[in-house]
Amino acid sequence: MNFNFAGTPTLVTQIEQGAPADVFASADTTNMDKLTADGYTSGTSKVFARNQLEIVVAPGNPKGIAGLADLAKPGVIYISEGPTVPAGKYSLQALATAGVKVTPKSLETSVTAVISKIELGEADAGIVYTTDIQAAGSKVQGVQIPAANNVIATYPIVAVKGTKYSDVANAFIDYVLSSTGQSTLATFGFLSAS
Amino acid sequence: MRRERVPIVVLVPAAIGAAFFILPLLGLIVRSPWRDAVTALTAPETVEALKLSLLASLSATAVGLVLGVPLAWMYARVEFPGRDLLRALTTLPMVLPPVVGGIALLLAFGRRGLFGSWLDSTFGITLPFTTAGVVMAETFVAMPFLILTVEAGLRSMDRRYEEAARALGASRWRVFTRVTLPLIGPSLFAGAVLCWARALGEFGATITFAGNFPGVTQTMPLAVYLLLETNHQEASFILSLVLLLISLVVLVGLRDRWLGSA
Repeated sequence: MNFNFAGTPTLVTQIEQGAPADVFASADTTNMDKLTADGYTSGTSKVFARNQLEIVVAPGNPKGIAGLADLAKPGVIYISEGPTVPAGKYSLQALATAGVKVTPKSLETSVTAVISKIELGEADAGIVYTTDIQAAGSKVQGVQIPAANNVIATYPIVAVKGTKYSDVANAFIDYVLSSTGQSTLATFGFLSAS
Repeated sequence: MRRERVPIVVLVPAAIGAAFFILPLLGLIVRSPWRDAVTALTAPETVEALKLSLLASLSATAVGLVLGVPLAWMYARVEFPGRDLLRALTTLPMVLPPVVGGIALLLAFGRRGLFGSWLDSTFGITLPFTTAGVVMAETFVAMPFLILTVEAGLRSMDRRYEEAARALGASRWRVFTRVTLPLIGPSLFAGAVLCWARALGEFGATITFAGNFPGVTQTMPLAVYLLLETNHQEASFILSLVLLLISLVVLVGLRDRWLGSA
């Protein structure tokens, strides 16, 4: 298998511009819906994983951030993903349900960009996925967001229309959805598909 | 001027070379939604990004001239140990992936950077996420073009004019401003234009070092990239073409004014 990882909108553009792809895994339903509406998918997409949001801070949490409300504290540099990145969209939703008004210092283009700026100490806090904090290891720390304000991201997967390897593509999707695939995803911090 | 017959071994590769640049441009022009052009161009975010781009790229060129011309003069006129190494170091950003350049700037001038932490603790100045940060990122990536071009101009000029002026009693400053600068005028102009054009299109170092926020650090290339990322590709084509058009107008206009139509 060859993997091509990129931001979801980039992947959609690549597929629509004819990049050879057999399976498409999306970080949100909006982009999956777009690709489906444009006629580039084969069969219906299935949710293969879910993820939740967490506040990312520097190790030791030097600014003492305990929840979403603290992001608006004076002296805290909060950065976000842009509103067009799924994580940025979910962050806005989470902040809205918590009634927190905060203007980010920067609208980064990806979750990884937010995390690397926290690591480098340029910003104090951001909102990312639980799995990203787990992947960053000891370089950052997570602060949980209560379920009432959290947003659950759903990740759908689908075979791309016109693939030469539709058997293998569907077999891979079945594997990801199987209990083996699901437990692998769980070790990276994903919530189960259902 | 006598019209020379162009040998076919020159003409064919030259034509392919030209087509290589023209075809992608044509692609952008053909695929742009011209009906929506006015909406895309008058959007407040576009106007804001364009203003910021012009301000930052011109500032970067000004900084480049102030710091880069003396550096080029040192390289061309002064023998000092480690000169070649220093020249290589100051042209490094030309080959460095700009994103890496942005990280390097953060490590030096960021809030926890080697020099940035001192700036922060002593003066309370932090550069990332500011317009000054954009100018720094653009200068870092663009100034090497100016340095190299001006150095080449200084090396190729006839120094006897300077010597004659000195012999006639002109001060060193007067020789520099009245003889040297006019003589290297074309290289100075070419260097400044290259520097400005590179700064105008700068993306990687800017988004890494200065971040992205409308009106503060979001320049045109950043706005274009974000439109691409949000499935508004067509609007991004228009903005790119505007950026191209502006540079074209400025380049052609300045060229005629400065160098005369040759």
